Amino acid sequence: MIGLDPLRLTAVQAKRLLTGGEVSAAELTSVYLDQIGAVEGRVGAYVLVRADDAARYAARIDSEATAVRGALAGLPTAVKDNMVTEGVATTCASRILSNYVPVYTATAVRRLFDEHVVMLGKTNMDEFAMGSSTENSSVHVTHNPWDLATVPGGSSGGSAAAVAAGEALWALGSDTGGSIRQPAALCGIVGMKPTYGVVSRYGLVAFASSLDQIGPLTRSVSDCALLLRHIAGKDPRDATSVELPAGIELPTAERLDGLRVGVPAEYLGAGVDPGVRSCFESALRLIEGLGGTIEETSLPHTEYALPAYYILAPAEASANLARFDGVRYGHRSEKAEDLIEMYERTRGEGFGPEVKRRIMIGTYALSSGYYDAYYGQAQRVRRLVQEDFLAAFSRFDVLVSPTSPTVAFPIGSRTADPLAMYLSDVCTIPVNLAGLPALSLPCGLSDGLPVGFQLIGPTFSENRLLDVAFALEMAIGFDAVPSFRDARIATPRGGSAGSCSSANEGVCDG
Amino acid sequence: MITEADVRYVAGLARLRLEPDELARMTDELAKILAHVDKIGELDLSHVTPLAHVLDVVNVMRQDRELPSLDQEAALRNAPAVTDMSFRVPRMSQR
Repeated sequence: MIGLDPLRLTAVQAKRLLTGGEVSAAELTSVYLDQIGAVEGRVGAYVLVRADDAARYAARIDSEATAVRGALAGLPTAVKDNMVTEGVATTCASRILSNYVPVYTATAVRRLFDEHVVMLGKTNMDEFAMGSSTENSSVHVTHNPWDLATVPGGSSGGSAAAVAAGEALWALGSDTGGSIRQPAALCGIVGMKPTYGVVSRYGLVAFASSLDQIGPLTRSVSDCALLLRHIAGKDPRDATSVELPAGIELPTAERLDGLRVGVPAEYLGAGVDPGVRSCFESALRLIEGLGGTIEETSLPHTEYALPAYYILAPAEASANLARFDGVRYGHRSEKAEDLIEMYERTRGEGFGPEVKRRIMIGTYALSSGYYDAYYGQAQRVRRLVQEDFLAAFSRFDVLVSPTSPTVAFPIGSRTADPLAMYLSDVCTIPVNLAGLPALSLPCGLSDGLPVGFQLIGPTFSENRLLDVAFALEMAIGFDAVPSFRDARIATPRGGSAGSCSSANEGVCDG
Repeated sequence: MITEADVRYVAGLARLRLEPDELARMTDELAKILAHVDKIGELDLSHVTPLAHVLDVVNVMRQDRELPSLDQEAALRNAPAVTDMSFRVPRMSQR
C-alpha cells in the first residue's frame, strides 16, 4: 500500500483500489483509524468510534471471495448518531438517549451494510438534529478542521467534520432545514439532500417528519452519486418513501450547454458575506463558461419561509419527541413520586435547552386556540413557497445560491441568540419546505474558510443536479484541504475581507 | 405577548419540567421567536390551501399480513424498569 491520503482519497478511487486488489479493506480502514487517532482529539467529529469492530469487519471482508463482496465492500463510513444501529449505541447527542442501544437498524444504514461498508463510528450532531453548529450536542463540541476555533456547521456537523478531516471516506447525515448542506459548505465538502421520500426515514430518529431526509456527505460529487444510489429507494417500512423514476447514475457531464440557471435575488440579501458572494459569483461565471445561461429570478415568499419553518418544524418535533417519556427506553428520572412527575422530570433532565425551546414553541403553536393562527397558516405559507419554486422551474433547470450566507463562524459566537442562529439557514430551509433535492459543493475559500455553492432542482431531478454539480466541480477545481489550524493560538486569519481564493489559480477574483 | 403563566401552562402540556430560571429565560426567548413567526400574519392566506404533503402521492395500501416483528425481550431491552415482561412505571395518581 502506497501513501493513501485520507484528506484527498475519494470513495470512487478507494473502490477502484479495493476492486483491483491494490489495497485491502483492512489497510484502507487502518488509514482512517490512524487519522482518527491523529486528529480526533482536536476535531471531535465522533460520539463513538468502533475501532476494533471496524478493523475486525474489514479483515473479514478481505477473507471473503471477491464474488460475494458487496458493491461498497470495505469502504470506511461514518453515520450520524440519529440513525439507529442494532447493537450500537445511538444517542442523537442527547442525554435522554445516552444509554440507548437500538434493537434494529435504519433502512439507509442497512442498505449500506448489505453492500458491506465498514462503519467506523457514529458522528456528533446538534441534539435531535436541532441546530446549525453542532454546539447543541450534549456530548461535546465539534471543531471545524479548517479552523479549530470555528464550528463545523450543523446539525450533521460531526459527519461533515469527519469527512473533511479524513476521519471517514464518506458519511451519512440528515437534513431537515439544511443540516447536510450547511455543514458540508462550512467544511468544504459535498452534501446532498435528496427529494423528500427518496431515502427511507425508517430508523431515522424523527425530528420533523415532513421535512427530514437522509443524504450523503462526501469528498466529491461522484462519491455523492455512488452513496445516494445505494441508500435510495422505496421502503415498505416508510410509507412516505418513493422510488426515483430512474436510478442514480454516476455523473459524466463536462459541458452545461443550454442549461438555464436562475439566481433567486432573495437568497443574496444583505446578510451574505462579501467573500461568500465573491466565490459564488466566480462560480456563476464558470457556469457561463460551460455553456449555461444565468438569470436573476425571484422566490417572492422567501421571507415567510423561515417563520413558517419555525412553526412547522417545532410543531412536528413536539409531537415526535413526546415518545421520550422514560418508559420504554432512555433516561428516566429517579426523583419522581408519580407517573406525570416522572414524565416531566425525565424530560426536564434529559433534553437540552434548544430541544426544550422547540418543544415549547411547537406545543404552543399546536395548542387549543392557536392551531389555526400558527400551524394552519404555516401550512398555507408552505404551499406558497412550493408554488414559488414551481413557477421558477418553469423557466429554469436549476436554481443556485450560496449554501450559507457566511463561512464557518467562531464557536460560541451565536449561541446567546437562538433567533440569530435560525436566520443563518435562510438559503436552505425553503428547499425542505418544498421537498426539493439540493446539493452543496465547495466553490472556493474566503479568508481561508470554505464557501458552499447550492444547486436546487425540481423534485426527482437528482441525476440532473449531480451532472451539473460534476461539471461545475471540474471547472472549480477545488483541491484545498483543511490545515487543522488553531486560531486561538496562531496568528489571525490571512487574506483580505471580500476576497475569494481557490487552490486553482485564476478561478476567483483576488 | 406570551407571559410566564402561558409558558408554565404550555410546559405542562408538553410534560416538561422547567426550573424557575429556565422559565424566565424561556418566556423571553419564546416572545422573540413568536414575534418573528408572527410575520406570516402579514399575508392574506384565506384562498390558499394548506400543503400537507410535498409530493403528489396518495395513501399507501398493503396486504394485512403477519410478518416477523420484535420479540418481547428485545422490545423491553432498553426499558428503565421491567416487571413480569412489562414496562414498569411509577403509580399514576398522587396528584
